[in-house]
Amino acid sequence: MQYFLQNVINGVQLGSIYALIALGYTMVYGVLRLINFAHGDVFMIGAYVGFYAASAMKLQEQPTLGGALLQLIPVLFLAMVACAVLGLIIERLAYKPLRKAPRLTALITAIGVSLFLENGGQLLFGADPKFFPSVTPQGPKGTIRIGELIISVDQLVLVIAAALLMAVLWYIVSRTRIGKAMRAVSHDADAAALMGINTDNVISFTFGLGAALAGAGGVLFASLTYAKILPLLGVTMGLKAFVAAVVGGIGSIPGAMLGGLLMGLAESFVKGAPAIGPFEPSRWTDAVAFVLLIVVLLVRPAGLIGNAAPEKV
Amino acid sequence: MLSLRRILTVSATLGILLFLSFFLEQRLQAVAFRVVMLSGIAVVMAVSLNLINGFTGQFSIGHAGFQAVGAYAAAALTVYGHNRIFGNLPRSGQLPDTLQGFLLGAPAMICALLAGGLFAAVVGYVVGLPSLRLKGDYLAIVTLGFGEIIRVAVENTEAVGGPRGFTGNIREGIYIPNLTSFFWVYLMVVVVVVVSRNLRFSVQGLQYLSVREDEIAAQAMGVNTTRVKVNAFVLGAFFAGVAGALYAHFEQSVSPTSFGFVRSFDFVTMVVLGGLGSITGSVLAAVVLTALPEILRSSLGAEFNQYRLVAYALLLILLMLVRPQGIFGRGELRLDRLFGRKGGGGPAGRDNVEDQPAATELR
Repeated sequence: MQYFLQNVINGVQLGSIYALIALGYTMVYGVLRLINFAHGDVFMIGAYVGFYAASAMKLQEQPTLGGALLQLIPVLFLAMVACAVLGLIIERLAYKPLRKAPRLTALITAIGVSLFLENGGQLLFGADPKFFPSVTPQGPKGTIRIGELIISVDQLVLVIAAALLMAVLWYIVSRTRIGKAMRAVSHDADAAALMGINTDNVISFTFGLGAALAGAGGVLFASLTYAKILPLLGVTMGLKAFVAAVVGGIGSIPGAMLGGLLMGLAESFVKGAPAIGPFEPSRWTDAVAFVLLIVVLLVRPAGLIGNAAPEKV
Repeated sequence: MLSLRRILTVSATLGILLFLSFFLEQRLQAVAFRVVMLSGIAVVMAVSLNLINGFTGQFSIGHAGFQAVGAYAAAALTVYGHNRIFGNLPRSGQLPDTLQGFLLGAPAMICALLAGGLFAAVVGYVVGLPSLRLKGDYLAIVTLGFGEIIRVAVENTEAVGGPRGFTGNIREGIYIPNLTSFFWVYLMVVVVVVVSRNLRFSVQGLQYLSVREDEIAAQAMGVNTTRVKVNAFVLGAFFAGVAGALYAHFEQSVSPTSFGFVRSFDFVTMVVLGGLGSITGSVLAAVVLTALPEILRSSLGAEFNQYRLVAYALLLILLMLVRPQGIFGRGELRLDRLFGRKGGGGPAGRDNVEDQPAATELR
């Protein structure tokens, strides 16, 4: 039981990160019908911006919980703004000229942007990994024990921060004017334009919003799970998050959240599974996402929450 | 049918390849010969990817994954089949560069090529069937993920070396033989180009094109679009597997990291640069993108490699913004036009229709 709950906690932690990235994929796909391959790399840039911001601000090590939150928030904010700007630039330079172009052209461009960010990142940041300074309480101060269960403050902060960000997103999409416009464009871009919605602005806004979430995800991932920050960080994370979006139903915002969580849980359970004879499931963790993807595509091609719209002729 | 002309063409091709094989291997410097070989393997990859991405309009970005499957399957066959089938090959894997060595290795090479191709084709079927039932975008992501599964699977298979890579059965001292000669690489180049070209004008190939142009219209005309897409995918995977077999028996070692994302994107770049749907475009782009980095590396030093990838990415973006149909569009480079002879009627006019930049129709 304790083992089970521990895996659930780890899974939710990883899943929140996947969900934050998956939201960006799903929103952009909703308004543009484009798989924005560069999205995972925006996540990577977010992690780097967070790292450099944290180094420049000389964050206090081993602070109290309140102190940790106070110093993480500006870092998070900075990375989100930087990534939103990056997202807007990418959209304006690479995708906007192709708005009327065939989808394949846009897809190849997205791959080009992704490769550019990865290799540009390698030139700019160097290929050796960077580590986020530990900015949260560690040791006994940094863990909460509930019976046998161990939850670190890092995990708690990460999950709560991700939940808050998603709540803000939900508010924007469902309760504001621009959110309404986003939903309209995603439903039918031409009709939305006829109703007087400036679709270009809405698409740009969607890109910025998605990129900001990815940036936040990057900072949370780097600062609270102590992952190595590498220029290729976004490749597998982005890919798995995209798979999460497809599993949940691409284009659906709750789908992305659900898919992300499921993906995190599945990976954490496989990672934590004991060996069965010579077969060690933990070594197959990286393949879980794609097996899940193929199964979902076979059984429910529209994803768990998505609904398949028939193609209009 | 088997006409005299055809027999003559085939035997002349084989003869020329065989002659060049020994001529080049002795005359060229090792580095230059290596570039020639790697270009040939890249051509097989690019032209076979063009069948999927160019002809059928699907978007596969995990082609290197099939190369990996072919490479590992073929290498495992020649190494683990050594005792039972290929006992006459030297255990060290070093065949002499003579006609005798060539003949000694030929049966094993044919088996390896077939094994690599068939294995990759079967895997292609399994991967392609679920994803090709859906619209294009999903295939892209499934193929990308598939490459990842292959890597994890290989790293967990001790029989083929796991994460360290595979050079042979070290315990028994049997190594991957150097079966791949110029002859085999360029024979496969000829085969894949001829198959593509003939397909282009066959009923089957026209179905491929119809799926690319308008899937719904094709379906309405009675084309079984899923079957056509799976066919193209399996055929592409087969040749990628063949290229893998060539690669494994050329390098005499394979490692799970040599067929990653980056490699797959290289092939996509080649096909897109040459022009989606253009066979000659793919061939040319594959040769240029394989040879150019090698030449630049030898003149500019290893540091250049970092910039190469950034340059590739920018090239890809700019190309899409400026000339999305690629350098050749869908047209083919034709020798008779190149030298000013206007084809002399007959089949030359046949693909004129194709020459218009048609990329706006690409879906």
